[in-house]
Amino acid sequence: MHRIHPPLAGCFDEMLADDGETRGHYRDFLQWLTAQSPETLGQRRHEAELLFHRVGITFAVYGDDSGSERLIPFDTIPRILPASEWQVLEVGLRQRTAALNAFLHDIYHEQHILRAGLVPAEQVMVNNQYQVAMQGLDLPHRTYAHIAGVDVIRHADGGYYVLEDNLRVPSGVSYMLENRKMMMRLFPELFARYAVAPVEHYPSLLHDTLREATHADNPTVVVMTPGHYNSAYFEHAFLAQQMGVELVEGRDLFVERDHVYMRTTAGPRQVDVIYRRIDDIYLDPLVFRADSMLGVPGLLSAYRKGNVILANAIGTGVADDKSIYPYVPEMIRFYLSEEPVLNNVPTWQCRKPDELSHVLAHLHELVVKEVHGAGGYGMLIGPKASRADIDDFRARLLADPANYIAQPTLALSTCPTFVDEGIAPRHIDLRPFVLSGKDVRIVPGGLSRVALTRGSLVVNSSQGGGTKDAWVLEA
Amino acid sequence: MMLSRTADHLYWMSRYLERAENLARLLDVSFSLSLLPQSKGARAEMSAPLVITETLQQYNTRHDTLSAQTLFDFMALDRDNPASIVSCLKLARENAHAVRGKIPVEMWENINATWLQAKQLPSAVNVGEFFDWVKERSHLFRGVAYGTVLRGDAYSFVRLGTFVERADNTARLLDVKASLMDSGHGVDDFYAWSALLRALSAYEAYLELYREPPNAQSVTELLLLSPRLPRSLRASMEAICKILAQIEGEDSRVAQRDANAIRNELHFVRADEILRFGLHDYLNQRLIDINTLGERIYDAYLKAA
Repeated sequence: MHRIHPPLAGCFDEMLADDGETRGHYRDFLQWLTAQSPETLGQRRHEAELLFHRVGITFAVYGDDSGSERLIPFDTIPRILPASEWQVLEVGLRQRTAALNAFLHDIYHEQHILRAGLVPAEQVMVNNQYQVAMQGLDLPHRTYAHIAGVDVIRHADGGYYVLEDNLRVPSGVSYMLENRKMMMRLFPELFARYAVAPVEHYPSLLHDTLREATHADNPTVVVMTPGHYNSAYFEHAFLAQQMGVELVEGRDLFVERDHVYMRTTAGPRQVDVIYRRIDDIYLDPLVFRADSMLGVPGLLSAYRKGNVILANAIGTGVADDKSIYPYVPEMIRFYLSEEPVLNNVPTWQCRKPDELSHVLAHLHELVVKEVHGAGGYGMLIGPKASRADIDDFRARLLADPANYIAQPTLALSTCPTFVDEGIAPRHIDLRPFVLSGKDVRIVPGGLSRVALTRGSLVVNSSQGGGTKDAWVLEA
Repeated sequence: MMLSRTADHLYWMSRYLERAENLARLLDVSFSLSLLPQSKGARAEMSAPLVITETLQQYNTRHDTLSAQTLFDFMALDRDNPASIVSCLKLARENAHAVRGKIPVEMWENINATWLQAKQLPSAVNVGEFFDWVKERSHLFRGVAYGTVLRGDAYSFVRLGTFVERADNTARLLDVKASLMDSGHGVDDFYAWSALLRALSAYEAYLELYREPPNAQSVTELLLLSPRLPRSLRASMEAICKILAQIEGEDSRVAQRDANAIRNELHFVRADEILRFGLHDYLNQRLIDINTLGERIYDAYLKAA
């Protein structure tokens, strides 16, 4: 028999309600699960691991020389979302990315929102993610973040909260696709029981989005990667292949008379849209980092002339910065005249003296993050930290308050997960991918990450997190 | 039309796999020759693979003695020797990794699995079994290429890499025997030629085509000049010419011209003329030609700048 551990106190469990009853949308699954022998399931998990290894779905961990490639652990218990909940999420995601794109267009043009005093001008203008080069540049459909990966969590109150809007080069969508493929291969019978909304058409939606990002007829689209030592290289190659476009590195491209070309076996060929998976500062050594070997000299000039489209645009980081995050609900009201559908997490901005003193007094119960940090690095989780850690962090915070924000420690919802002690609740999040162009396109679901360590709230793969398939049930 | 860098990775991916296979064949023939009871120059036979792969000096700095086991460890398993079989498998895998989006999933899985298995080889692996394993993985690679790759430029560059490497390697393999012949060492007899034919999977073909025991002239004719033997130099050159004619390139005429020149030479020359000229010298000439052809191919298609 399977040993299924009870939910954690004070957390929302996706499968089991507080009274121990199974939630409706998990009933069939649990019935199926209990009918399987632990040996069979163990065998399936082993099979999944072998397949992921053989296909080479691995990622590199920065600063770890030994095992330069690792598997992201995959858990075979899916995160299931009822259709009704997804409908609300989808509306909220569309609303949010529309407001963020409108914000980017605004701050790189007339800056109405700054003049209205809703967002402090210095928060934008001295932000190191703000790119002067974008000022006054008109983009097709006013789209800046063509691809957004919005991190959503469910809190103890059962409501969904947006944790982060990733508008630069969000990754993880290949795991969403591979996880689904794996689940269908391992447990076809489950897909006969459940009507799971498909996600497999994501690459085709992405290709549509990229093609309509330019006014050029029959455009040539490429995916640009920093190279095969990058931690997300698998995904870059995967998406290029699935879209049937070239995967290029900086050295494959060159600029001549403000047009971008790739070097091919049959000579130069013009490129219209670059889905770039490298950061702004590496794009063009003539403008940004001169020592960057990854970029293309002259690219920015071609971009400003409108002869090539970058997805995402340069300078989107100013909108997903943690210091701007508290203002997103304001943006939704300002640009769309709507009330936000998804919750924002209450955020204290340490640059404000009164908020800083609140944070300092409550360090042991807050999460403190660097404004520009990502990947779960450089953050303090108060309730889990030792006294020494807190004292150490207090010193860093005092030295540079403007570099930090603080939020209450959210009780991320849990989902039953295979771990050493059996099937036990582990904290999860969800990253749906929102594609913006002439239309907004979202495949139902996203990448669900899971913190495999008992009680841990950090789901990042670089910190030992795993992934799950996320099922949105069809209505 | 494809990215020059992609073409370069595809080309070297298959070159390194073909090289791994041919190294296995080369070591196989050297080991068999050195084991023959009448072999007077076992040392010459065993050092031949080092001479041919230009790693003799490197070997000497690492090892004091030359035994079958140390030679095998160095040429087959040593990951610090960039010319070893395992290093070739690693380089093939790295090239495939860089273009994994451009090759069918099954081809990538095949190359990746080969490397993963190579990493886990026991140090006391059986020599014969190891050579068979390498050949089998290479056969699988060609099968998966033939069976899954869309016909077009990607397929052309994968095949081109195979045949350029094979042309080079077949010439070098025959040179193992040729240099031993020239230096007066070695076993110049039926067994030596048979071992060479077996290493090139040409023994059965020989028996079918020739009614005499293997000798310098008949083996030279079969391995260099036969258009019908898949691993012969002539067959490799025929394949290269055909492939080059199909790829559109910036400046591919020079590469085509040089390839056809080598092919024509092999088409019209006779085995007895080669032996009169000196087999070793003749092979040396062709190796230089093939090397130049490799540079022409690079200039025409693969140069990223």
